[in-house]
Parts: sequence; C-alpha cells; structure tokens
Amino acid sequence: MEKLVYQESKCFIENFKYTFCPGCGHGYVLGIIAQLIDEFNIQGETIAVSSVGCSIFLEKFFKLDVVGASHGRSPCVATGVKRSKPNKFVFTYQGDGDALTIGFNETCHTALRGENITTICINNTNFGMTGGQASATSLPNQKTKTTPFGRDVSKYGYPIKAAEMVATCDGAAFVARCAVGSSKLYDDTKKILKKAFQNQINNVGYSFVEVLSSCPTNWGMSPVDANRHIVENVSKYYKLGVFKDITS
Amino acid sequence: MEDEEKILLKGNIAIAKAAINAGCECYFGYPITPQSEIGEYLSKAMIEEGRIFIPCESELAAINMVIGAGSTGTKAMTSSSSCGIALMQEAISAMYCQQVPGVIVSVMRGGPGLGNIAPSQGDYNQACYGGGNGDYKVIVLSPSTIQESIDLTYLSFHLAFKYRCPVILLADGILGQMMEPCSINKNPYNDYDYNIEKWALNGAKNREPRNLVSLHMDLGELEKLNYDLNKKFLEIEKNEIRYEIFLTDDANIIITAFGTVARVAKTAVKQAREMGIKVGLFRPITLSPFPSNKLGNLICSNVKIVLDVEMNLGQMLKDVRSSVFGKCAVKFMGKPGGGIINSDEILEKIIDINNNIES
Ligand SMILES: Cc1ncc(C[n+]2csc(CCOP(=O)(O)OP(=O)(O)O)c2C)c(N)n1
Ligand code: SF4
Ligand SMILES: [Mg+2]
Repeated sequence: MEKLVYQESKCFIENFKYTFCPGCGHGYVLGIIAQLIDEFNIQGETIAVSSVGCSIFLEKFFKLDVVGASHGRSPCVATGVKRSKPNKFVFTYQGDGDALTIGFNETCHTALRGENITTICINNTNFGMTGGQASATSLPNQKTKTTPFGRDVSKYGYPIKAAEMVATCDGAAFVARCAVGSSKLYDDTKKILKKAFQNQINNVGYSFVEVLSSCPTNWGMSPVDANRHIVENVSKYYKLGVFKDITS
Repeated sequence: MEDEEKILLKGNIAIAKAAINAGCECYFGYPITPQSEIGEYLSKAMIEEGRIFIPCESELAAINMVIGAGSTGTKAMTSSSSCGIALMQEAISAMYCQQVPGVIVSVMRGGPGLGNIAPSQGDYNQACYGGGNGDYKVIVLSPSTIQESIDLTYLSFHLAFKYRCPVILLADGILGQMMEPCSINKNPYNDYDYNIEKWALNGAKNREPRNLVSLHMDLGELEKLNYDLNKKFLEIEKNEIRYEIFLTDDANIIITAFGTVARVAKTAVKQAREMGIKVGLFRPITLSPFPSNKLGNLICSNVKIVLDVEMNLGQMLKDVRSSVFGKCAVKFMGKPGGGIINSDEILEKIIDINNNIES
C-alpha cells in the first residue's frame, strides 16, 4: 500500500522556487505558514504583508494576496489592511533588521494598539539581504560585515531582546520566541505559530512570534553547523518560550 | 438642502468635513501645526460615523497605514505639514509604484528645517518633485479659497481612485487657519465606479492571487513598469489639468501665482486694471501635472512680461519659465520663511513693471 509521506501545501504556487540560499531558515518557516493556512483553510481570506529582507518575494511563493511594505513599515501597512478589512486574516513576515532595527517603533506601537494581526519575525542576527551586516540582534562578539572585530557591546550596544520587550506592551495578546534548527524546535515553532494564527481568528489580538533562524551564507557556516549554532548559541542568548499569553 | 447652506468654516475643518463627505473611511495622522485641527476634528467625527481614526506614532506610520487601507480599495487619508510630509516621501514613491490610491493633505509651514509655523509655499518642490526615489510623479492640487479646498478634497479622492495613485492636496497655513463662508456640498463623484473589485486585495478566493508590491527584479520588468506608469501620468495630464485665468486676453503683463498668493494677486490685478494697466492672472490648480501648454499658449505678442509671485524663493518659477519657453521675460517676486506678500506690494511691482514696458 502506498503511504503519503509528503504533500506540498495547497498554499504554495505550483513549481515555485525559493530564492533562498541552501539551508536558509526562511524556507522552514514559510513552509509552516503554508501548512497552517491549509489547516485553517484561510487561503482565500488572507492578505499577507511582505517586508524588505531576503523573504521579500512572498508573492512568488504563496497563492495569497500580498501587499509590500517599505523597510520596517509592514506593521503599519498591516494595520491599514486589517482596520479596513477586519474579517481578513492579516500577517506580516519580517526579518530582525526590518521588525527590530529600522522598524522597532512600529512593531511596539502595533503591539500597544493591540492590532488583531499576526507578526512573524525571523531573527537571523543580521541583515541577510544586504550581505550580512550587523543588526540590532547581532550577538555580542558576533562577526559581521560591519562588526569585523566582533560586536563590541561597549561601543555598539547590546542585542535587542525583542520578545521580552514586546511582552511588556499591554496591547499584546501573545508573545513567544521559538527557533528552527532541529526537528524538535521545528515542531515547537509550528505549535507556537498555530497559536498565533488561532488568536487572530478568535479575535484575541496582537500576536508576535520571534523565530530564531539560520543564515548559513552570512554566518559563514554549513547549513548543519548553522543549525547547531542556533541550538548551542543563539537560543542560549535569546531564551525560547512564551513570554505572554492572555488566553492561558 | 442643508447641504448647500453657507456656513463659516476654518480651512482645516472644511477639509476634514469634505473628507467625511467624500467617503473617507480611514484617517491616520500625527499632529503638526498648522494642520492639527484636521486630525482633531476627525478624531471625533470619524468615530461618530463608525469609521477608522488612528493617532499614529509618526508620519511614517500614518502614510504606511494609508497604503494598507488603500491596498484593499478603501478610501484613506493622512494630513501633515512640511517636515512631516518629508518623512512620508519614501512611501509616496512606493504608492506610485504599487499603484495604491490615497490622499495626503499638506498644509505648508515655513522652512527649511523645523522652520516656523507661519504660512508658506516653501513645499511646492516637495509636493511636485518630491524627495522620494525614482521616476515617480504625484498629482498635486492647489486650492486658493476654502470652498475650493472642499471641492479639491473631493477631487483628490476621485483622482486617487480613478488613477490608483497618491494625490497631494497642497494648502498653505493661511488656507488652513482662516475662516470663510462655504458650503459642504455633495461629493460630485459619489456615483463614480472605480472598479476596485478588479484590483483591490481582499483574499484570493476563487481567483488568481493579486499583489501590490514595489520590488521588481526581473530583467526589464521595472523598465516596463516605469513606461506604463508614465503613460498613465500622460493620460492624467491629458484629462485632468485644471487652472484659472483672469483678465489675460489683452494683457501686457501676466502674473502667475498659486494658492492664497493667487488670491492676493487677483486683488492687485483688479486695482491695476482700474488704473488702466493691462494685467491678468494665471493660476494653476493642478500644480502637478503643471498646465504648461495652457500657460504657454497665453503668451502671445501682447504679453511683454510674466511676473511669478510665490511665498518662497521661486519654486514654481522653473515650471513657469519652461512653459513660457523664452517667448517673453519672466520676473520673480517672493518671500521665503513664512514672509507674507500683500496686494499693495504686488500692485507696486505691477506699476513698476508697467512703467518700464511703456518707457
Ligand atoms: C529604507 C531602507 N534602508 C535600507 C534598505 C536596504 N536593506 C534591504 S534588506 C535590509 C536588511 C534586511 O534584514 P532583515 O530584516 O534582518 O532580513 P533578512 O534578509 O536578514 O531576512 C536592508 C538594510 C532598504 N531596502 N530600505
Ligand atoms: S542571505 Fe541568509 S537569510 Fe538570506 S537567503 Fe541566504 S541564508 Fe537566507
Ligand atoms: Mg535578518
């Protein structure tokens, strides 16, 4: 008897090709999003807001309506979409440069307003798209294109622990940090994202999920080493867990 | 109808009321003098109407929310002044590229920098030629009375949706702050069908997905898009040019001015006419696209001099010069940084020019 091992999500465009480097964490997370859209059966009700970063081309992967935003402003674009179409499912998919560096003001205020949207923030501790410069999330001593001697916190400040900070916003309903890098972490991430999706569908309010993710190319690591780096280092600095959940 | 009744209204409030009447469903804004009353008024009126009002964290947020609402085919507006409009430029370029409709009210104050809060026309260039990136253009409408502020608010929403583009309603601090009798008449475009169901985002249910994005990396894609968008703007130029001409038929001197300055200039023109001076006025209402041909065609052999008058150091001047195209001399009179020009000063200049023509 034949056994179904893998089925491509209906949400993906037929024969789509990711624009990512091999082993890039973006692909895993977008895959989870596609599965969840299938599971909740919301493909025809979803408006995705893309952001500026390696994941900018959402419209090339997903069979979804997509509106693009300038760097850091997708929470605002999503606010405009959701307020004008409150019955649609609206999510932003952003990088750490986008949501936590240039756009952290917008991220916080969207959380404070308690917009009923879902933000997925891929934290790969650098500006991937522009070639691996330091972002607000780069780890202490991390070597990047703009911290060639390692991030010296005495000169450049400390990394932003965004999930902890967003959790202090009274308007936020659900704030969590998860990671991709092992099958266990992947499963946990899917559970957390499912909750973040469910919240919006239940009109619970703003959900923010920070996903620690790999950028093998700019980290100068193989995909396997990059995943190990997430498990052994990145997720030690950035604690995983649910920081706020008003539904529990 | 009570609609047609004349009431005394402050300019900012008139714009806000017209926005409600135009069917604006969402207002997003951040306060700045001299236009804060628009947001203050709408903070109550929009809620009473069951519409959306958000006091934003910045002008960046405000204009990007306009993009979000506009992308679903919803009428949305923001308003600001000078340095606030400066913050919106990246998004205005994106709106043009993404073909998202939206209205931006800009009530100019003195600049550069924080400048002052006096009335000014120092943001003609900012509105018409922008600080956003790329080959983009914006429709810019310039009222000179409060009634016209109302009518052009309607027109702003109409053109934004007819052509799916950003429209700037450009007023100066005088127009925002002064009071005048006017009527909040019916929006003449109420029944216009903008076909939003053909392009707006509402979820790809039983149809192909749509996208409104601004990164176009495929070979030749962006070049083609630029040509297509430019073609649309040429269409706008063909159909939507608006201007006022006053006593230009036999004129030896033509004054060019926009907004409140045009109004002041009109008074000076009337006074000069009483003295027998053959002077007329050309007032562009669409500052962008600029009515170049219309102005150019006015310059016949009678016309000896065009006098451009602005509350700045000569920003519209280059559009006036290129329209006149060397057919006669162009002089400039202006004041920057919130300096106000009165009709006596313009009259004096007209007399002076006239004496020189005659001698
Ligand atoms: C206003 C503006 N500044 C800078 C850029 C250049 N830029 C493009 S992507 C990017 C960083 C993206 O990093 P991140 O959000 O972390 O996404 P990643 O590529 O790492 O997934 C920058 C700085 C831009 N597009 N717009
Ligand atoms: S640069 Fe990094 S984030 Fe971007 S696609 Fe490559 S691996 Fe992924
Ligand atoms: Mg990144």
